[in-house]
Amino acid sequence: MLSRRIIPCLDVRDGRVVKGVRFRDHIDMGDIVELALRYRDAGADELVFYDITASPEGRSVARDWVERVARLIDIPFCVAGGIRSVEDARAVLRAGADKISVNTPALERPALIAELADAFGVQCVVVGIDSVREDDGQWRVRSHTGSPDAMRAPGRLTLDWIVEAQKIGAGEIVLNCMGSDGVRAGYDIEQLRAARAVCHVPLVASGGAGAMPHFAAAFIEADVDAALAASVFHSGAIAIPELKQFLRGQGIEVRL
Amino acid sequence: MDIAVIDAGGANFGSVCYALERLGASPRIVRDADGLAGAPRVLLPGVGAAGPAMALLRERGFAEVLPALPVPLLGICLGMQLLFESSEEGGVDCLGLLSGRVRKLVGGPGLRVPHMGWNTLEQVAASPLLDGIDSKARAYFVHGYAAPVTGDCIAACRHGERFAAVVARGRVAGAQFHPERSSATGARLLANFLQWNPT
Repeated sequence: MLSRRIIPCLDVRDGRVVKGVRFRDHIDMGDIVELALRYRDAGADELVFYDITASPEGRSVARDWVERVARLIDIPFCVAGGIRSVEDARAVLRAGADKISVNTPALERPALIAELADAFGVQCVVVGIDSVREDDGQWRVRSHTGSPDAMRAPGRLTLDWIVEAQKIGAGEIVLNCMGSDGVRAGYDIEQLRAARAVCHVPLVASGGAGAMPHFAAAFIEADVDAALAASVFHSGAIAIPELKQFLRGQGIEVRL
Repeated sequence: MDIAVIDAGGANFGSVCYALERLGASPRIVRDADGLAGAPRVLLPGVGAAGPAMALLRERGFAEVLPALPVPLLGICLGMQLLFESSEEGGVDCLGLLSGRVRKLVGGPGLRVPHMGWNTLEQVAASPLLDGIDSKARAYFVHGYAAPVTGDCIAACRHGERFAAVVARGRVAGAQFHPERSSATGARLLANFLQWNPT
């Protein structure tokens, strides 16, 4: 049976792993390869590396650390940040990444998703979505979220974007609920459920994990395929082996 | 241990090479069929779509040479699907080393396509390729099409329907999952292939 995935997310800035709260105040968390190996050993099912400075600064991901990770890691990993073209993606995939995730560049030019799917197959193409509930009660996307000064609101409805992205070639959706990100009060179950209802490809919950029951809620109540978290893993607040034992105790299929 | 890794335009041959290097093997990337000469074993990785991959294999002479290859051959993911007669993906004829047609996975309630993540292997037939791999071991899959369970299937997997996860016939083998990304299970399959002496 297919297991639900636990995915530590490593935000990368200038070749180091960092963590911010609500996308601000980044703190150095350590060396990329060292952290990647630690999570592999702990039983992470997959890793995501977000080069958080790439998109706002208009540059692509540094390939050297992708290759350093790929040489040592024997679990899948996805790279995000500043991938704007098939050529950018090819370089990252050739350096050893298994998947590439696009966010801002796909919002600016949705055809990018189709081009990536044609070139590498939909299974390589992850669309990351940063989403906020606005005053009118609707969820809308945000772009350029790597730095607070650059962030923009293109006005697109989150659920519409999920539908469109799948139609043109997204093989997986990572939905980062910005309202709950970094505050450890739990995933945004309501938003994830709404996304699940329109998402037929794998859906990854992101933003808000603070305790083990939060993961169980995302899997049981929102039926997501994977749950992504950063600070609770980096700080040691939650250990992955214990988390997986807990989830199995809740009747959730996990890889131990 | 020398091993030729075919560059069929897929993007994952880098990570496959790193996995082989972790096992102490010396992978050599081969871009045309002439490069296969003298290789004691051959690996055909693949990420992408069947149509473009087959076109590339034909253009570079692999489609002619692989069916007559005298040494062990392992296809990975799309590379395994290309070993079959044909694929529903793009309606293309494949290498025809194994009988059967690759079909699109059918999704449904709770069944997402592409099939992405760690799923359990179900051993179907004994094979040295599966030595040391527990029944119920998990491997990492990422695919939207799958090969049927035929007499050549040695391990199956289920995502709604049952499909072939590992195949072997004569000197030809294939893995639908990604051994280079399947931790200890994947490393063991690759190590077994490096030792494999099919008769």
